[in-house]
Amino acid sequence: MKDVSAHAGFPIKPVYGPDDLAGVDFERDIGRPGEYPYTRGIHTHMYRERLWTMRQYIGFGTPSETNARFKYLMAHGQDALNVAFDLPTQLGLDSDDPRAEGEVGRVGMAIDTLADMEEAFAGIPLDRVSVSLTINGMAAPITAMYYAVAEKQGAAPERVVTTPQNDILKEFIARGTWIYPVDPSLRLVADLIEFSATRYPRSNPVSVCGYHIREAGCTTAQEMAYGLAIAAAYVELMLARGMAVDDFAPRISFNFTAWGKIFEEVAKFRAGRRLYARMMRERFGARNPKSWMFRSLIGGGGSAFVVQEPENNIVRGAYIALAAALSGAQTIALPTYDEAYTIPSPKAQLLALRTMQICAEEAGAADTVDPLAGSYYVEALTSAMEKAILEELAHVDRMGGIVEAVKSGAIQAEVARQAYLFEQKLVSGEIPKVAVNSHVGDKPAEADREVELYAFDPKVVTAQVAKLAKVRHERDGATATRALARLRDEARGGGNLMYPIMEAVTAYATLGEINRAMKDVFGEHKEPVKF
Amino acid sequence: MKVLIAKPGLDGHDRGAKVVAHALRDAGVEVVYSGLKRTPEEIVQEAIQEDVDVVGLSILSGAHALLSRRVLDGLRAHGAGEIKVVVGGIIPPRDVEELKKLGVAQVFPMGTPLPEIVAAFTKEAGKR
Repeated sequence: MKDVSAHAGFPIKPVYGPDDLAGVDFERDIGRPGEYPYTRGIHTHMYRERLWTMRQYIGFGTPSETNARFKYLMAHGQDALNVAFDLPTQLGLDSDDPRAEGEVGRVGMAIDTLADMEEAFAGIPLDRVSVSLTINGMAAPITAMYYAVAEKQGAAPERVVTTPQNDILKEFIARGTWIYPVDPSLRLVADLIEFSATRYPRSNPVSVCGYHIREAGCTTAQEMAYGLAIAAAYVELMLARGMAVDDFAPRISFNFTAWGKIFEEVAKFRAGRRLYARMMRERFGARNPKSWMFRSLIGGGGSAFVVQEPENNIVRGAYIALAAALSGAQTIALPTYDEAYTIPSPKAQLLALRTMQICAEEAGAADTVDPLAGSYYVEALTSAMEKAILEELAHVDRMGGIVEAVKSGAIQAEVARQAYLFEQKLVSGEIPKVAVNSHVGDKPAEADREVELYAFDPKVVTAQVAKLAKVRHERDGATATRALARLRDEARGGGNLMYPIMEAVTAYATLGEINRAMKDVFGEHKEPVKF
Repeated sequence: MKVLIAKPGLDGHDRGAKVVAHALRDAGVEVVYSGLKRTPEEIVQEAIQEDVDVVGLSILSGAHALLSRRVLDGLRAHGAGEIKVVVGGIIPPRDVEELKKLGVAQVFPMGTPLPEIVAAFTKEAGKR
């Protein structure tokens, strides 16, 4: 009989039964949905009361192009937005910066000033639509722009629901949009959490991401362990500022992936919810049940999608949607079948949205809470996953904790090692991938014809650069200069930088100017290059 | 045989670059990895200083034509045009010919099997 393993590494047995549940205490370990430790989900009736939010990730070209696609998705039943920014924006470079050449509007929309943000959300009421912003190193100024647009629209601060990703630790590990050294980067994360907790009580000022680390190659157990370790690091950061845990923890959210083996993914989330609840209550002393809840966006997993026979990715997407629903996601975002090729076409995005709608409305995945509970297999797998996650957390401790492991590069090296092991298993066929190493059919070059490729229009850059020049010309230059000088001064001190950043963005200072003011003080991160 | 695996431009996704670097090292190749967000000029300098046979560029952001041209031009301008340049990443098949016309020796679009990439590096190094 063939050996089978979980992506986390432990073996999977051919049959599970009551003996596999020895040691599981129902009240202590599983309990009821909506109750501590939330193994079965964070709400009592889950999707029967409120279906998951459908939040496809999109952004490209100019703010007006992206605005049009936002409206297209909302017209087809998407109820929330998930914004992609181009790389210059994510790294704090203006569209006319020489280092931005070739990258403006490519992988997301370009934002230079508040004027762009106003255009991106024109006609979208920010007191009614919740918006995720995939922004990290530049989370503070971009979220400041978002708050400023909401204010200009007349939205009451307590009705503004936004989730800036603001998870810089995972950027150092996996996604690479770091700018400043680790410590000042963490200061900015904390500044945004603190500011939002005070002024925008329904915003979710940090979305802790295991997703990107998994995409970079780590295992399922590592994805959850690193995410939990990062969440703990942010909690400690806020406690060190003198905030009480229940003043900010209820708004911490999570972003994880769900591609791979369906039951292992479900077990990962069930174990993760249990571990997070225990950590927040027992280790950090949180008393508000909302502080114990692992609220999650579960977002596909583009690395599961391949270029060979791209339409197979539609099928993979349906299984991912099912896994996310069975995992108790609050929000789901699916990659599109053309993910391995291009910026998603409207057709591909509509298909991903329809996949989630079919999963919810036709396939019965939303009919009852945590339907896999009580399965010998899934409960045993949940326990095994919990054990594997705890082992990975102990490994993080041995690396000196997550912040030290990031600074030394030890964790980046471990993720790269796992990525290589995974690739070797793909080459050997130990991990099967249909039409890649199993049932190999058409050549990838031929499959290309089936995908409508996004045609990047170089006029995007010209338009964006011209608009930036116009804003610079028309703004009150003295006010912008004064605001930037204040930001530079306060960066040298210890105050919350969101206040001077708000002042700078409303004076139409550019993202590049705001970044430079902070870089003058903080310097740049030096990557520990290890592989 | 010595190789520089480099990440030009602003793209922060280094899984592919590091997997290729690991595989080359396992194949007995001496590998230098640039780290993220290097400018084309920095990559040219590192390639010359390290005296590599092949530079492998990993680009996932869509800026592959521009960044490859800058690296190739830089190498030629420094009299190091004999260093081969290969490119991998999210390279739509329709762009492969354009890159080759620029002087890129080999292109590895999405889905290229790892052993093929390792073999191509070895072949290019042999031509130098």
